[in-house]
Amino acid sequence: MTSPTESPRAQWERAFNASPSRDAEFTTLSGIPLDPVYGPEDGEFPGQYPYTRGPYASMYRSRLWTMRMFAGFGTADDTNWRFKEIIRAGGTGLSTAFDMPTLLGLDSDDPMSLGEVGRCGVAVDTLADMEDLYAGIDLGEITTSMTINSPAAVIFAMFVAQAEKAGVSRARLGGTLQNDILKEYQAQKEFVFPPRQSMRLVRDTIDFTAAEMPRWNSVSISGYHIREAGSTAVEELAFTLANGFAYVELALAAGLDIDTFAPRLSFFFNAHIDFFEEIAKYRAARRIWARWMKDRYGATDPRSMQCRFHTQTAGVSLTAQQPEVNIARTAIEALAGVLGGTQSLHTNSMDEALALPTEKAARIALRTQQVIAHETNTAHVADPLGGSWYVESLTDEVERQAEEIFAHLDALGDGSMLEGAIKGIEENWFQGRISDSAYDLERRMNAGQRITVGVNAFTEGNEEAQIQLLRITNEDEQRQRKRLDAVRADRNSRQVEEVLERLRVEAADPEINLMPTLIDAANAYVSIGEMMGTMAGVFGRHVEVPSI
Amino acid sequence: MAGERILVAKVGLDGHDRGVKVVARILRDAGYEVIYTGLFQTPETVAAAAVDEDADAIGLSMLSGAHMTLAPLVVEAVRARGADIPVILGGTVPDHDLDDLTAAGIAAVLTPGTTAEDIVAEVQRVLDASGVH
Repeated sequence: MTSPTESPRAQWERAFNASPSRDAEFTTLSGIPLDPVYGPEDGEFPGQYPYTRGPYASMYRSRLWTMRMFAGFGTADDTNWRFKEIIRAGGTGLSTAFDMPTLLGLDSDDPMSLGEVGRCGVAVDTLADMEDLYAGIDLGEITTSMTINSPAAVIFAMFVAQAEKAGVSRARLGGTLQNDILKEYQAQKEFVFPPRQSMRLVRDTIDFTAAEMPRWNSVSISGYHIREAGSTAVEELAFTLANGFAYVELALAAGLDIDTFAPRLSFFFNAHIDFFEEIAKYRAARRIWARWMKDRYGATDPRSMQCRFHTQTAGVSLTAQQPEVNIARTAIEALAGVLGGTQSLHTNSMDEALALPTEKAARIALRTQQVIAHETNTAHVADPLGGSWYVESLTDEVERQAEEIFAHLDALGDGSMLEGAIKGIEENWFQGRISDSAYDLERRMNAGQRITVGVNAFTEGNEEAQIQLLRITNEDEQRQRKRLDAVRADRNSRQVEEVLERLRVEAADPEINLMPTLIDAANAYVSIGEMMGTMAGVFGRHVEVPSI
Repeated sequence: MAGERILVAKVGLDGHDRGVKVVARILRDAGYEVIYTGLFQTPETVAAAAVDEDADAIGLSMLSGAHMTLAPLVVEAVRARGADIPVILGGTVPDHDLDDLTAAGIAAVLTPGTTAEDIVAEVQRVLDASGVH
């Protein structure tokens, strides 16, 4: 209950007092007591619309961010072992990296998969792999994130099927499906079907989770890859939120009520090296999302307006030269994420400009988060930079520039952000802007206007021998193919044909939600390539027109 | 240099195209004629395009770790067509792979952090060595 006479501070205090407190001493190192937040009586406080200062009243006083380390390589067994290492080392969430064939919906024995199996992530062909991947991990307790987009519905079906086989009902599963196909066409380029057909699958997953999985984040709307592909901070923010508006309009068009699905949309941002610009970006993201959700889309549940996000430090900021220096870069970037109020965080390992991380490098990256969380006291006070003339002004400017981009997309889509996003992709508008920004940055670096330590300055030490790197052999690829052969030999082929035929028929009818049939297919040990191939027969395949 | 044709390509499933596009623009600005294949090519399609386009060099961009498998296959596919077009590899290539790549016929490897100036110099060196004028 809010009383109209109550000041913002008094309202915040009530909300704060109703929140749990984690067990820590909230003082400076010298013993000066710290308030949970600072600000004027009538200012904006965390947990208050438009949430510039954070989605929750108590922020890290109740709970630290989730230390969610992204991992995946080789076969499901290899990655299961790494997951258990992460949990033992104090990681508090799981995040699954799939290999390239899986990301593109191909089986490990597809000719295009040659040389790619298990390299950039874990290979998952069938439910059997999914069973091994999470074996011995209680998915009713720990939350799981899966970085998968084009085949998101298929992998999600396998995930739900394996959890239910392990005795965890789908309603208890907590986690996040990346499932953000728009940024694939714009930036990451792991697409299979054309945009409109892909969006139908996104709709099906939003609809399915809204009805059956209250703890599941259906889409993690991702700026990370947009930034990594070369965009500026403003473009990252604006393209990501614009994609978010597109998913909202997609679900509204499917007849869903905004407050049934919007609370389960989450975001994923980059933490690049420009410290204050990143913090301003996170603050602006929360404010813009809240305003648009309330004013344009008519949300009434505060949770629909709260932009919650995961952060990952910037892979592109890492250098192959003097890789140990990357630990410092990552620490600074991670701190920006924390001061910006992230809900979860992945810190990159120092060796990732060259290979997937070794266990030691990954452990140092996690330790970096633990230093920030437990030694620096930076998590004691919410939005510590709120009220800084610099950060407030930068927040306003980032927001203003983002609004210009929204206005462009709104016009492009004749008043529909959904159409604007799709047309922007079809007309190569996003792709062109990203390439231009990437080249602009490169030019400035080559002209010496921007210094990167170890690359175009301070190069003493570059001649030292390379650090120990993780090596993935071709044996994993062989093992995975044999495993897939064995699963195929073992399953009921009549059942497989039957469910694939059903999938083909249902894919052709856009009114039908494909999730139940995909779950049946997963349970019949139908492979990802078989499911995706069947749908591609109906949906077609997307081909990007190459442009420099 | 004057207008030599360079085919830049993405082989395999790797969608990271920031590097290939930046390098393509660097080479274009340096006066080369640059042709970009687009994503998801196979060694065969790259070799065929290089021969059809009469390319003087091929630049492969690989960041998925599949370079040890796919880059040598591109060299083989080019040679199988009776062509002698040098293949340059750029991307996340660890030092421990360099000798094997040279042995497989890769003409040069450009690793992360290579400056625009060095990219152009290295490409020109490869072109000169292969006798293109």
